[in-house]
Amino acid sequence: MSDIEERVKKIVVEHLGVEEGKIQSDSKFIDDLGADSLDTVELVMAFEEEFGCEIPDDAAEKIVTLKDAVTYLSANSN
Amino acid sequence: MRRVVVTGLGTINPLGNNVETSWDNLINSKSGISKITKFNVDNYPCKIAGSIEDSQINDKIVSIREQRKIDRFITLGLIAANEAIIDSGFTTNDKNSLRSGVMVGSGIGGLDTIYKNSSILDNQGIRKISPFFIPSSLINLLSGHISIKYNLKGPNGSPVTACATGTHAIGDSFTLIKNNKADLMVCGGAEAAICPLGISGFSAARALCDTFNEQPVRGSRPWDKDRSGFVMGEGAGILILEELDHAKKRNAKIYGEVKGYGLSGDAFHITKPSEDGNGGYRAMEMALNESQLNSHEIDYVNAHGTSTQIGDMIELSAVEKLFGSNDSLCMSSNKSAIGHLLGAAGAVEAVFSLKSMQTKTLPPTLNLENPDTNTNINLIPNEAISKSIKNLISNSFGFGGTNASLIFGY
Repeated sequence: MSDIEERVKKIVVEHLGVEEGKIQSDSKFIDDLGADSLDTVELVMAFEEEFGCEIPDDAAEKIVTLKDAVTYLSANSN
Repeated sequence: MRRVVVTGLGTINPLGNNVETSWDNLINSKSGISKITKFNVDNYPCKIAGSIEDSQINDKIVSIREQRKIDRFITLGLIAANEAIIDSGFTTNDKNSLRSGVMVGSGIGGLDTIYKNSSILDNQGIRKISPFFIPSSLINLLSGHISIKYNLKGPNGSPVTACATGTHAIGDSFTLIKNNKADLMVCGGAEAAICPLGISGFSAARALCDTFNEQPVRGSRPWDKDRSGFVMGEGAGILILEELDHAKKRNAKIYGEVKGYGLSGDAFHITKPSEDGNGGYRAMEMALNESQLNSHEIDYVNAHGTSTQIGDMIELSAVEKLFGSNDSLCMSSNKSAIGHLLGAAGAVEAVFSLKSMQTKTLPPTLNLENPDTNTNINLIPNEAISKSIKNLISNSFGFGGTNASLIFGY
């Protein structure tokens, strides 16, 4: 597992209160991990904080799984 | 006529995180007032409050993750609601859910959350504001959360009448059931304003006690000569009100009946009560009229009694004027032990009022060492007394000149 994936997973575990073992790379935050729409806004804020970047709204809307977050942050974080 | 009874009680307050513990502490003359330690109060004129330790908040009822998304007043309200609903034994189904509602208010709501987000906005900018900021601070969100958690689809709202909120919430719920808009209401109040902005705001209004910082348990002293203002408390009180036949049909335990509710406005001043006590008098009188009782049939007054210079005496004189014909009348202030819970005060005091009736024990007014009055009313100084009571009245008065009174009987 990449360092970025590890950090993203940690944030998801903390914010959504789900067990790490239950998170697959294609798990959807809302459909599979019990998040509501406000939770996903907060998740994106936590990603921004952790990776020191700003995720524009149109990009944030497309981040619906762990994999989406890792892909975006690998390409866009410092 | 539809009659309304109380079938469940719940509370978390500075004397304990449930009804039994806090009631035992109350009648054993324990105080829940201590030094504020959650934030630095070095520069604050008032350094004491009736705080609830975080360890008292059961995270099996409201998870830590949930607590992060709601202001503390909502957490405290959910804890008290959980106890009251379990106590009542009521569960919803598709049909009764539509006739069961929630009316839980707060005086100020998510003050600390608003304060913290305001600092974030100023210092870190708009992108750092949490999406949960608004829903965690809005006062009616507590009623919303309770309705979602327990599937209560009937009337839903939240009175906001400062320190009379809890009493208005119960009274308004009583009226809704009486008028056939609901069969059951989860009602009461919650408050968590022991935070920098809350303490500094009430200090600036010269409302808080500032003369007992070194002896916190002596700070709240209604009707005593040395009183110097109220001591803030936090917590929640929740009652389950239910139409009598609805309660009987499911063999619910009945604590007592709501017999009357009165409310009025002073139309006088934003923070001071009207000098002749006429506003409070009219609220009590309206409740008495609805109850169809005679004034001498009221055995006990659970007073608003905040330990402020003016308010204590105005309430006392209004009570004397209306109920003075009863020469064995008793009256005490729970605020002497738990402080002033603002929007939750009337609700927690209603819980204790019903325990007074059930256990035939009247809680004391702590720190009443030198009464600032020669009243004939027994103000129950310092130690609880045993007394069987048939009817009692509970008062709450709030900033803005808002007054509410409830009569409970058995």
